[in-house]
Amino acid sequence: MSFQRPMATERSATGISTCKLGVYWVIGSEIVIFGGLLAAYVMFRLAHGSWAHESAHTNVVAGGTNTLVLLTSSLFAVLAHQAAERKDTESAFKFLWCTIGGALTFLLIKSFEWGGEIHHGLTIHKSLFWAFYYTAAGIHAAHVICGAIIMAIIAADVKKHKDLQRVEAIGLYWHFVDIVWIFLFPLLYIAK
Amino acid sequence: MSQDHTHNHGDHHQQTFLEKYIFPVDHKRIAAQYLTTGMFMGLLGGFFAYVFRSQQAHPGHEVPLYGLVNANQYNALTTSHGTLMIFWFAMPVLVAAFGNFLIPLMIGADDMVFPRINRLSYQIFFLSTVILIASFFAPGGAFGGGWTAYPPLSSTAQFSTTPWGSTMWIVAVGLEFVAFLLGGINFIVTLMNARAPGMRMYDIPIVLWTIVIASILFMASVGPLLAGAIMLIFDQTMHIGFYDPQKGGDPVLWQHLFWFFGHPEVYVVLLPAMGIVAEIITVFSRKKLFGYRTVLFTMFGTGVLSFVVWAHHQFIAGIDPRMSNLFTVTTILISIPVTEMCFVYIATLYKGSIELTTAMLFALSFLAAFLMGGVTGIFLGASGADTYLHDTYFVIAHFHYTFVPIAILAGLAGMYFWYPKMYGRMMNETLGKIHFWGTFIPFNCIFIPLFYTGAAGDQRRVYNYENFPHTATDLHYLRQFATASVIVMLLFQIPFLYNYFVSMFKGKIAGKNPWQSNTLEWVAESPPPHGNFSEFPNVYRPPYEYSVPGRDKDFWPQNEPT
Amino acid sequence: MMEHVITEASSYAAQIDHLIDLIFIIVGVWFLAAEGLLFYFIIHYRRKKQPQAGYVTGERLHHTKWIHRAHYGVILCDVFILYFAVLAWHHVKQELPEPETTIRIVGEQWAWKFTDPGLDNELDTADDVVTVDELHLMVNTVYNFKLEAKDVVHSFSVPVFRLKQDAIPGRVITGWFLPTKVGEYDIQCTQMCGLGHGIMGAKLIVETKEQHRAWLRQQHGGSQASVPNTNDIQNVSQNKPNGLFAKK
Repeated sequence: MSFQRPMATERSATGISTCKLGVYWVIGSEIVIFGGLLAAYVMFRLAHGSWAHESAHTNVVAGGTNTLVLLTSSLFAVLAHQAAERKDTESAFKFLWCTIGGALTFLLIKSFEWGGEIHHGLTIHKSLFWAFYYTAAGIHAAHVICGAIIMAIIAADVKKHKDLQRVEAIGLYWHFVDIVWIFLFPLLYIAK
Repeated sequence: MSQDHTHNHGDHHQQTFLEKYIFPVDHKRIAAQYLTTGMFMGLLGGFFAYVFRSQQAHPGHEVPLYGLVNANQYNALTTSHGTLMIFWFAMPVLVAAFGNFLIPLMIGADDMVFPRINRLSYQIFFLSTVILIASFFAPGGAFGGGWTAYPPLSSTAQFSTTPWGSTMWIVAVGLEFVAFLLGGINFIVTLMNARAPGMRMYDIPIVLWTIVIASILFMASVGPLLAGAIMLIFDQTMHIGFYDPQKGGDPVLWQHLFWFFGHPEVYVVLLPAMGIVAEIITVFSRKKLFGYRTVLFTMFGTGVLSFVVWAHHQFIAGIDPRMSNLFTVTTILISIPVTEMCFVYIATLYKGSIELTTAMLFALSFLAAFLMGGVTGIFLGASGADTYLHDTYFVIAHFHYTFVPIAILAGLAGMYFWYPKMYGRMMNETLGKIHFWGTFIPFNCIFIPLFYTGAAGDQRRVYNYENFPHTATDLHYLRQFATASVIVMLLFQIPFLYNYFVSMFKGKIAGKNPWQSNTLEWVAESPPPHGNFSEFPNVYRPPYEYSVPGRDKDFWPQNEPT
Repeated sequence: MMEHVITEASSYAAQIDHLIDLIFIIVGVWFLAAEGLLFYFIIHYRRKKQPQAGYVTGERLHHTKWIHRAHYGVILCDVFILYFAVLAWHHVKQELPEPETTIRIVGEQWAWKFTDPGLDNELDTADDVVTVDELHLMVNTVYNFKLEAKDVVHSFSVPVFRLKQDAIPGRVITGWFLPTKVGEYDIQCTQMCGLGHGIMGAKLIVETKEQHRAWLRQQHGGSQASVPNTNDIQNVSQNKPNGLFAKK
């Protein structure tokens, strides 16, 4: 009962691979989702001067470290792509798992960060600022988790020399997850 | 000679029932799944309309096949009617079913480019359907806050009295959005990349353009609402307060997020309907589409403009009244590209040779009825008039004169037109014509009276007009007439259902191209096998070369070499 | 024409009605022309009469000029309609004439509470008259209203005034009207607000100034229950304009 890829998937009237085109559109739809959420946040922030007081309590060190972690993981994703291009599946597999390692580190740091904040009473109920903070960062974290899982599946295939074109695709998605964080970090942590 | 080969099916085992019908990856089967679910939900939505209109016509009386309708149930019925019809009938049939069925066939491909994601999109859609129907039986009852779900009513159980219903509703809607995002990605990438050799931009049939542009519009507009839905669920379940003014939130935020999606959404369903109509009127007038590029560019223009009109739903909602001036200008202006599309379609009939098959009757009736919907929109887009007409039955009549032509008239036109390709047999034309007149005439009888009652002061979502003794008292017979017409229209769907199911077995064998059409789906067998084409076609010309002078045949298929 | 469908009872009702009538005529002409052409083509070019179709690309000016002309005609009509629409909107929603009296309207699940400033013509004083589901107004008097909602979004609608305004919790929204016709009319809630939305009607009584003063005096002379607690009034008016898009 093996699935047979249709001939349609191999066609390319635009010159761009189907795989890459698909990821671009996924990223496009995600941009609108995060864009909507962040636009709502920004409008609230502009209307409520008091939020600056609230956001002073975010953990900039944790957030900053996580930014570096994500950027590094994106670097590994690029290295994985380059390895896949050379058909070097061993290295591609290793680099993909380094990226996943970055994701796990990110999530670990975040859990300590949030644990501390919740312990100090800075929960999602504390104020609307914290509601946005946990919602936005939470949805982002969900994307990190899903991305890491998909990356692990692709890594397993890569080890079997299967579907190497997907390394670039998941790498693109990973860069997007990274860029969302690049927006979240200043908006949630730095803007005082 | 095409370079592509079909994959060899000779050594495939026979597909199990589960593989073929429950978990298919074949786009045609997935289309059938969406179509079946969509039609079922459409009939359910129609039943709800029968029930709440019966309550309106005879307040306090038991409705046959339902029982007594109290105020809570009335709200739940009207809310569910709107929700079902837009998200579980119009979109699944027009976008998902027709998109899935037509796109690979009309571009000469063997399937969508991501068949397993296609299957996943239906599975998520099915899950959303189950959750929505389950919400009808939840403790406290189904959500009744209007399909627009404005908070704080929708966010606070204390106000809505439907804690389970409210959350299940928004979860179901959110999942439906995810399903259509996934489906849309498939449609867009498939059309962009998997076209037959020789099919350039202007050789693509209009219906494919419309479905794909609709998918793009959907994708670009639903994101903020998906975020808003998550915020609503948090308000409902964790009492966060995104929309609660006492916690610093703003109820009007939801309205903006909702309508920023809500307005492009109507074009998400309008565009495929217009695409279907374009395919049909060209075939049955044997005429090239008038101004293919005009149609395409007005379609793009409408799509773009649709993003800057949303607050016309909120003229009196407490937004800054200066904003209303901006939105009334953009709203009235969007009438221009849409009108142009209508004119161009009418121009396609000029010098045609028109055959009034059932499909053509439905397609033409779409044009006639949608014109009414379009012009009545002007009353509502003009802010000064909307301040009176907002939330009256005039609005209901307006949007039913757009939605019913879109979902029902154009949807049925498409069903009658592509039925021979889907099932290999012809539907009965006599039954079809009975169905057509029995649908079109009652439809007008339902909504024309409602323009009047709305202008006379009937407000929406009111379960008993006896509570407003000074308003439109002498018009009760109009409300009753509209209700009777609903019943007639529903009853006339019976010949259609009979025709649909019996013709599958007893209908005349259709052959490959019974309508003598140019587009590629008619090159495949009827019904097409798994893989669609034994030999993949190349394309040599645009899709509407009908009645080309100097040729003996009045059609010229796209795949026929020059 | 609209005045035959429903009474005009405010100073701006006629302007809105004329706008609706104007739109009706303009779109009516276009509608009939388009439908007429559609049906003419269907009948004139039916298969029996036209066995062979022509080949018209729709790209030649000879044919497209008709679309262009129609196009420009539509734009012209749109601009014309917009002018009158914005005029009417501005008058009803953006202007705020000096009031002779200001009333407070509070929508809640599921009733309308009206506060008349009383004989001293000042809100939030001891002689205010609070009524539930019954609004007494003086004819030919400029009113400002302060609209609030206690729980969910409601919408204050007086069809005979041609007035509608959503009431948003957390905000005080100001508007105006000038009743011009004595009589008894309906007030409706026109935003889904839950179980009782359909019973959230109220009675509007437009009366002469003398009748109104007599009614006010009767309220105080009559049951004490209708004299409001001053504290209650102050609590209600604590609601500050809030939200991102608050109307001042």
